[in-house]
This record gives sequence, structure tokens and C-alpha cells, in this order.
Amino acid sequence: MTIDLHGFGPALLAGTLMTVKLALCALLLGLVLGLLGALAKTSPLKPLQWLGGTYSTLVRGIPELLWVLLIYFGTVSLMNTLGEALHLPGLELNAFAAGVIALGLCFGAYATEVFRGAILAIPKGHREAGLALGLSRGRILSRIILPQMWRIALPGLGNLFMILMKDTALVSVIGLEEIMRHSQNAVTVTKEPFAFYMVAAFIYLGLTVLAMTGMYFMEKRAARGFARASQ
Amino acid sequence: MNWEVIIKWLPRLAQGATLTLELVAIAVIAGLILAIPLGIARASRNGYVRALPYGYIFFFRGTPLLVQLFLVYYGLAQFDAVRGSSLWPYLRDPFWCTVLTMTLHTAAYIAEILRGALQAIPRGEIEAARALGMSQAKTLVHIMLPRAARIGLPAYSNEVILMLKASALASTVTLLELTGMARTIIARTYLPVEIFFAAGLFYLLISFFLVQGFKLLERWLRVDACQGR
Repeated sequence: MTIDLHGFGPALLAGTLMTVKLALCALLLGLVLGLLGALAKTSPLKPLQWLGGTYSTLVRGIPELLWVLLIYFGTVSLMNTLGEALHLPGLELNAFAAGVIALGLCFGAYATEVFRGAILAIPKGHREAGLALGLSRGRILSRIILPQMWRIALPGLGNLFMILMKDTALVSVIGLEEIMRHSQNAVTVTKEPFAFYMVAAFIYLGLTVLAMTGMYFMEKRAARGFARASQ
Repeated sequence: MNWEVIIKWLPRLAQGATLTLELVAIAVIAGLILAIPLGIARASRNGYVRALPYGYIFFFRGTPLLVQLFLVYYGLAQFDAVRGSSLWPYLRDPFWCTVLTMTLHTAAYIAEILRGALQAIPRGEIEAARALGMSQAKTLVHIMLPRAARIGLPAYSNEVILMLKASALASTVTLLELTGMARTIIARTYLPVEIFFAAGLFYLLISFFLVQGFKLLERWLRVDACQGR
């Protein structure tokens, strides 16, 4: 069976690239937020613990779509005031930036829990050994905790990335020209909704399979010192 | 923050919240019923039996819910056979389309949860049942499923919370559930921050009560080692 794309092939391809770009940018922001959240939640300071806990609970309890809408429509007046203060009239958050922030925020909240679990899974003795060797706190974090945490957190992060990639479809609601938006445009012209949404579904499936394959190799690489030891 | 506006529109938002609850309740219960045969087939040792639920689960977990929703709500109308069928009054109604899509979507996830739970049952318990002369079907109904229900319950409660959040997508097909209602109110008041904030509070509140409810259910279902002696 061949599918007639009515010349919308390049548009869908551009949409796919946009989706990938959005997912990767949100991933980057989310990883940073997740790491900060996990460090805050595992820190000995009570206010930081509270901050990390509130962030992950609040963001995980509210639908992603609501975050996308809130950040896109809710920041208009904020950006106006900011624009006036900076003498930049017409300053606004475009759909891409709003999407990255909203999806990054949601990814970060879940990643906080994944990273926290991974940090807790590292034996206490490793940190103590670092302290005994006279390493500074920052050094212990960057040389002992983070490299080990990466391997443990990777499967959880992979699942989250899969969810993130599917959530990028939500950003079409605020008009970003990604896969869904281009499909909707094509549907308006061709009046073939089933065909085009099915094509969109298969693009997402393809992206998911691609991400799964990537994850498989990354997990294999991250566990390279462990695979031999356990056999 | 304009609290008066929030209080003024609270009844309408509560109205939206009831529709959200309705959607989620139907979807997670119907999804569970659909997931039981799917999950059992998925855990089967026969490769042919496993293939069909595998394909189903792969499609529904690999594509966004929004795409699935649009496929059902807008997509089905492309076929004249669907438009002429007796199901058309239901399939053109956004409520039934959303319920159908959410059910099919969540069934795929619940089936995976069920498969994991079935495979997590200690082998000895199943072997004990078989050794006592229980048939395979009887073992499944009396030993495996009750055991899997307890193992899978925490994951199922997660899935219910995820569906609560996923139900916000219903607003894209014109349903006035919590998010849809919030968007309608914002179109009239131009106060996105306040109204979305209030809607967010509703979601937090609902998920809080759901979590508490599942905790109670878990305690109620727990079987102590000494029970029944």
C-alpha cells in the first residue's frame, strides 16, 4: 500500500526535525533541572530538601498540557513588563521556547526522582572514601557520584525521554510547527485525516524505535565495566 | 493574583473536574477489563499468542495520545463505512471518542503492568497450585490473578494518575473538562495565570485523593502471612 502525501512530505520532514529539536532542547533543560532537583532533595539542608520536594510534587501533579498552556499564555503579561523594563517592546516567548520550558520542567520533575534514586543507590562508602582521600565536596560529586549515578539512572532516563518525545505533540496546541501541526495543516487541505494522522503516528513510532536503539547502545556503553564483572 | 476571579469561577471549574473524573473513571476501569486478556496473552509462552498483544501495546505505547485521539475523532470520519454505520452517533461525539481512545491507550499500559506482575509471581506458588491438582484455568483465576493484582496495584495507581493528567487532552477535541473549562473561562476573562493556577490546584487535589484512596486499597488487599490459620 502506498500513501499519497499530496506533496506534504517535505513539510512532515521539517516537522519531524522540529520535533527532534524540541525534544533534545527540553531534554537538556530537563537533565539540568533534574540534577539540581535531586541534589536539592538529597542535600542535608532542610530548605533545599523542601524546595526540591515541592518542585517534583507540584510539577508531576499537574498535566503537561496545562504547563504548556500556562507557560505560553501565562507569561505574556510577565514578558510585557520585562520588555518595558529592558526597553525591548514586543518581547514575547515564542511557541518553541514555551514548549522547551514546559516540557523541560516536566521532564526535570520526573528526572529528579530518577537521579535521587540513583544517588541513593551509590554505596555510602564511596563518598566516605573520597572524603578520606581529602577530595573536596565538588570533586567527590563530579568524579565519584556523577559518573556512577549516570549508569544507574540511564534506564529510567530513557523511559522519560520516550515520554518526552510523545509529549512534544502537545506543543502543537500552541501552534509550533512540528509533526502534529503539519499533519493538521495537511488534513485541512486534503480532507484525509485518517491517512495523515496515521503517517504522524508512524513517524512517532519510528522516532521511538530510534530512541530505544540509542538507549540500548548507551546503556551498554555505560555498563561496560560491569558486564564483564557479573559474568 | 486576583482571588475574586478564581472564587467566582470555581463552580464552573468544579463542573469541569467532574467531567474529568468521569472520563478517567470509565477509561481506567474499561481499560483494566480490556487489559486482562491482553496481559495474560502477552505473558504467554506461545510466540503466536504473544504477537498480537505485543503489536497492540507497541503501537499504543509508541505514539502520542494526541495522535490517537485525532485518529479516532477526526480520522474515522474519513471512511464512509464508519459514517454510515449505526455506531456513528457515538463516534462523532467527542465524549465517546475520548473515552474510547483513553481506554485503548491505558489498556496497553495496564497490560504491560499485568504482564510484569504475572511474571513476578514466585514460580513455586504456581507449581504448588498445579501440584494440588488445580487446572491451568483454575490456577490462573484463583492463584495467579489475585496475586498479580496485589503486585501490580502500585503501578496501576501510577497509571491512573497518568490518565488523570492525560485527560487534559480531551480539551483539544472541544470537551469542557477541567482544562477545556479553564481555557473557555480564560477566553472570557483574559486571566490565564489565575485560572490555570486554579485548574492546577484541582488536578493536585484529585491526584492527592487518588493516591490516598489507593493506599487504603493496598492496605485492604494486603494478606498477612498468618492470616487464615
